[in-house]
Amino acid sequence: MNAVAYATAAAPSASAAQALLAVRDVRVRFGGIAALDGVSFDVKSGELLGLIGPNGAGKTTLFNCLSRLYAPVAGDILIEGRSILEIPPHRIVDIGISRTFQNLALFGSMSVLDNIRVGAHRRSRSNFLTDAVGLPGTRRRDAALTGAAWELVDYLDLRDVAMRAVSDLPFGLQKRVELARALAARPKLLLLDEPAGGLNHEEVDNLGRLIRTIRDERNVTVLLVEHHMNLVMSICDKVVVLDFGRKIAEGTPAQVRADRDVIAAYLGTAE
Amino acid sequence: MDLFLHQALAGLATGSIYACLALAIVMIYAAINHLNFAQGEMAMFSTFIAWQLMQWGAPYLLAFVGAAAFSFVAGIAVERVLFRPIHKAPVLSHIVLFIALFAILNSLAGFIWDYNVKSFPTPFGSRSLFGNGLVSSHDAGMMGVAFTMLVLLYVFFRHTRIGLAMRAAAANPESARLAGVRVGRMISLGWGMAAAIGAVAGIMIAPVVFLDPNMMTSILVYGFAGAVVGGLTSPGGAVFGGLAVGIIENLAGTYIPYVGRELRLTIALFIIVAVLTAKPSGLFGRAIVTRV
Repeated sequence: MNAVAYATAAAPSASAAQALLAVRDVRVRFGGIAALDGVSFDVKSGELLGLIGPNGAGKTTLFNCLSRLYAPVAGDILIEGRSILEIPPHRIVDIGISRTFQNLALFGSMSVLDNIRVGAHRRSRSNFLTDAVGLPGTRRRDAALTGAAWELVDYLDLRDVAMRAVSDLPFGLQKRVELARALAARPKLLLLDEPAGGLNHEEVDNLGRLIRTIRDERNVTVLLVEHHMNLVMSICDKVVVLDFGRKIAEGTPAQVRADRDVIAAYLGTAE
Repeated sequence: MDLFLHQALAGLATGSIYACLALAIVMIYAAINHLNFAQGEMAMFSTFIAWQLMQWGAPYLLAFVGAAAFSFVAGIAVERVLFRPIHKAPVLSHIVLFIALFAILNSLAGFIWDYNVKSFPTPFGSRSLFGNGLVSSHDAGMMGVAFTMLVLLYVFFRHTRIGLAMRAAAANPESARLAGVRVGRMISLGWGMAAAIGAVAGIMIAPVVFLDPNMMTSILVYGFAGAVVGGLTSPGGAVFGGLAVGIIENLAGTYIPYVGRELRLTIALFIIVAVLTAKPSGLFGRAIVTRV
């Protein structure tokens, strides 16, 4: 308990300078319900941070604020010191945020490769006129886009299904396609919303290894929302626990596991 | 056998025009989930623009390109001014606006160019190709232009970055936006391209059906039939559907007694009803599954 309290108190001042992501007192309300009630934490560059909490704790709401689907009524979200709240949703990817979705949000009728190519959309600029005329520069950029997509197809072992329509694939593979699409934008910060949901034991183990590998090899900072406690505790550097829209604990997996408030939130109190 | 082949070929020629119109309908449907009832009138108006340019002395090619370019810009303007403000409105608001656009374009064309039927030139001549008057050189040229355009569109949607972004925006706007696609722009672009495709279709079919403000009414029904056969969500399906409708229409008119010339339009309507009853998602469409 003491350790956790210390970490919480020290976090904002000590790490503000090198924080990639800073969440500052964010509040979101739906009608009379406070979905997020003053949540603050930092994510350092290169860190793998787990965000956990019982159902309805506000984890996905926070993700939706980070990808500009919801606007907080108060507070601020900073990437490298810059507020993202003024940035339009289609430019979120430009400042280095990519995400996956709990229930997937792929382009179902399109092939695996095309889905990943869309992920790399902002990496090559062109416009309709140059595209229509087929200028050589445009063609080179289109080739670069496709090359980047193929590289990720191989990286995530999707070559066998690269030309299949995404909606024909099993759920586990679709999740990998979505991960590939998110990586195609070369994000600084990767938001993973329950990547282990619907996977079996062996797949979850592989996923854990994969997330760590991606973090190490691709220089990505990862923010992971996950119900699968073993996965979170085994791969995360730091864990933030939300309950009813508030942060109730923050620290290493071991610290959080021993925290009395966390145990109470998950199992209830004895009184 | 020759008669069959020639009739099928003639059907393919008009079918290529239906295919273009069906494709324009599907492009807008994919972008905003509504059927553009004014698609035919937009094409008619574009054809009048081409005619007017030629009246002012422009050569055919310039009139063709000029009308297509005008339609592209006008299509974008229609989306921005009329449909973007109501994009969250219920389906009936859209239908009313489409019908208004239909009526306005029809009357405006009549007001500016009157309702007299005008002839429209063809650059391909009108020689009969097989000596029996079934397939003309214009039919062949029209087919060539339509197919070239369809192939170019295929390449555009398959292989260019913007084409890919347009497909993504239609498939899942929220997710496309997070990948950095400017969804609003893609919808505008879809309208512009649909209008330009309609212009090409109108200019190609005008020498056959002649130019007047009501020239596209029945052709639009065939276009709808093609789009419905293809399943409304699949561009490739729309093209296939348009071609199939053209061939079926022609063969039925030839071989089924009583159908003749007069009942041909009924065939298009029959196809629409049959497909919607037997397989509402069309031959290539996807059944819409919603998580409730």
